[in-house]
Amino acid sequence: MLRYTLKRALSLGLSLVVASLVIFFVIEVVPGDPASFMLGLNAQPDTVAALRSELGLDVSKLERYLAWVGGMVQGDFGTSYTYRTPVTEMIGDRIWVSLPLALYALMLSTLIAFPAGIYAASRRGKPGDMAVMGATQLGVAVPNFWFAMMLVLIFAINLRWFSAGGFVGWEKGIPAAMKSLTLPAIALALPQSAILARVMRSALLDVLGEDFMRTARAKGLTRRQALMRHGLRNALIPVLTIIGMQFSFLLAGAIIIEQVFFLPGLGRLIFQSISARDLIVVESVVMLLVFMVILVTFLVDLAYAAVDPRLRSRT
Amino acid sequence: MTLLSVQNLSLSIGPLSILKDVTFSIAPGEIVAVTGESGSGKSMTALAVMQLLPDSARTSGHIMLRDEELTAQSEKSLCAMRGNCIGMVFQEPMTALNPLHTIGKQVAETIRMHAVMSKAEAEAQAAAMLTRVGLPEDRFPLSRYPHELSGGQRQRVVIAMAIARRPRLLIADEPTTALDVTTQAKILDLLKDLVEEFDMGLLMITHDLAVVADMADRIVVMRKGEVVEQGDTKHLLAHMQHPYTKALFAASRHQVDLPNAEDGHAAILSVQNAVRDYALPRTKLFAPRSFHRAVKGISFDIHKGERVGLVGESGCGKSTLTRAILGLEPLQDGSIAAFGTPVAPDMPAQARIKTQVVFQDPYSSFNPRHKVGRILTEPFHLVDTPPTGVALTQVIGEVLTDVGLQPSDAQKYIHEFSGGQRQRIAIARALITKPELIIFDEAVSALDVSIRAQILDLIADLSRRHNLAYLFISHDLSVVRSVTDRVLVMQNGEIVEQGETETVFTAPQHPYTQTLINAAPVLPDLAALSDNTETAHAPA
Repeated sequence: MLRYTLKRALSLGLSLVVASLVIFFVIEVVPGDPASFMLGLNAQPDTVAALRSELGLDVSKLERYLAWVGGMVQGDFGTSYTYRTPVTEMIGDRIWVSLPLALYALMLSTLIAFPAGIYAASRRGKPGDMAVMGATQLGVAVPNFWFAMMLVLIFAINLRWFSAGGFVGWEKGIPAAMKSLTLPAIALALPQSAILARVMRSALLDVLGEDFMRTARAKGLTRRQALMRHGLRNALIPVLTIIGMQFSFLLAGAIIIEQVFFLPGLGRLIFQSISARDLIVVESVVMLLVFMVILVTFLVDLAYAAVDPRLRSRT
Repeated sequence: MTLLSVQNLSLSIGPLSILKDVTFSIAPGEIVAVTGESGSGKSMTALAVMQLLPDSARTSGHIMLRDEELTAQSEKSLCAMRGNCIGMVFQEPMTALNPLHTIGKQVAETIRMHAVMSKAEAEAQAAAMLTRVGLPEDRFPLSRYPHELSGGQRQRVVIAMAIARRPRLLIADEPTTALDVTTQAKILDLLKDLVEEFDMGLLMITHDLAVVADMADRIVVMRKGEVVEQGDTKHLLAHMQHPYTKALFAASRHQVDLPNAEDGHAAILSVQNAVRDYALPRTKLFAPRSFHRAVKGISFDIHKGERVGLVGESGCGKSTLTRAILGLEPLQDGSIAAFGTPVAPDMPAQARIKTQVVFQDPYSSFNPRHKVGRILTEPFHLVDTPPTGVALTQVIGEVLTDVGLQPSDAQKYIHEFSGGQRQRIAIARALITKPELIIFDEAVSALDVSIRAQILDLIADLSRRHNLAYLFISHDLSVVRSVTDRVLVMQNGEIVEQGETETVFTAPQHPYTQTLINAAPVLPDLAALSDNTETAHAPA
């Protein structure tokens, strides 16, 4: 198990190095010099040069890459070209919206998907299964921003249970902050839970056909006991894979939902920075997202090993 | 006193009738074997007794365990009986255990399902039961996972689970079909001992008539869902009445009419000191890789028109050697030459034409989306100028006729054929480039006895007509004995004995060959049996 963990950790480190290289050089080739963009069309060449030197753009690419990576390792993500504030601060404000939102949505999605998937699998081909499958079909097909607008219409405008958008901030207390994240989290979770429920159902159906499920029944377990004790854990591997991928998506891909609900999240930050050619912010936020995604993959790998003893002994 | 009595059991799934009026019984301490070919309904009979049938199954008739009618029980009381009064052992030990739970937990689960006791008590009982089936706790701790055990050991775990509550009836569905002969012999002995010790009834489902003859007190022969004949083993073997029973036994001791081998031909395949290593995972992060030597310096020749058998148990290196001979994997040392050209993964395509292969599983070795005609002509990509148009149709027609099918079958898809017909198509695919050497890799192992007899006849016939040489790889000694001139016995990557087939089988020299031959169940000589019983019944 230790060897397995070390190997995964090594591959995590390597992925980060490769990702940082790719992000840095891809963004560098994007046309548009931040200094001339910031100073406008009529800027004097020497003003631009002065700003370039102030922003640290006048040294070689390699030096800038090393300075960027070295800074990130120490928690210094550089200074935003447009706002002249440390990127760390900008990210710090927003990650406390995006990360809880992603986790909240993931929790809701899992809470909906597991029972739905298990229920559908245990009633394969019966009306209950068909109802769940029909609902998930709809959930997969309908885009999440439409759900978002419907939720706003019903729960914010008509029922007035929630506010239609904005984030009150954690300083107003956890319940209030969670409340303002509830509608966005539901909007994000619904399509995800539909996908996850379908994966859960098909993984369980695969497992139900396995010989050891018949063995379990021959030992005297009821259908339900066999499903819960022997089926569920065996079906978890594909489900964990999807959960890992969904978390990554929820973290970075909430951009539209953040727009709909006026949430100051990472998605909006990236969007604004790209429009303003604020490369240092784009690089840093993308790198941070990549780091989180790789970290989640690492955790999912560890979860596999926790579930499946065969992976623990294998290398 | 009967333990299990099945009366007029009929079963249908939708419009399909699976069982018709099946009637038989088992007494305590008695071993009853239900035998028949695939589709005879023998496994369904076992599942019906367990009441673990598919939801869509409709049954009529009676299944009585002592004085309880199983068909009338509620699901709740059936759950209380399964594992407690009736235990079941399945065919495939590799998949019958939950890979994520330890063996101790799985055996203890049967115990705790049916008795109120602490976890520690259940584990102590589980350990005792595992020791009883030959897995003592000091060498096989309860914390082992199934993947850490061999097939035979896993089957012992499955048996321990099934008998943990000392059920009155044990059902074993093909319990040794997936195991090697030496392991099979040990598992069968274990089952026999357990039946005696616990005074259980054993309902054994098997297609292997040699095992049936060896194990059973009584035999039930089934065909297409009906019992065609049943009776005391000795009596039935000596006086079988039904033509199907006779045909079944005849097919399983079928002798093919092999043309005489001609001597003095040149070697067409020459294997010299072949060595094949597999890299093992590193034990430490930067330690040098270690290797598993699967084939340890093997040498042998196959001459033109010669029929050579290769026997050995799983893991002995048979398949590795096959892949090397086909030039699919490189050798680490030594050499293989076929028809004068060296064999290696990078050999020219044309050099592969004269050696073809037929694999075991006729169900998974074809692309289901291709028509038979396309499947058959696939080897033509080895040829520079493959036949086209009318010539191609003619070649396909010839080769299909050669294996006993119709030229029009080229237009069909593979799912339209039975297992035996598919194996004929596999042979036709191998024949189409007019090879001189064919590798049969367990080519008849998945077939029923009567189909197997037909395919073996076909192989002998083709060998006569085309002067084919072949390497016949099988774990089934009786089959190898009937279709080969010479045999190689392989153990742990080495050939431990080789020689004329009859000589090796009648007077094996190497201890391993002797073990193999002794472990393989053989059908008793039916003619001698019936003579004996007749003299025994004759008035003094």
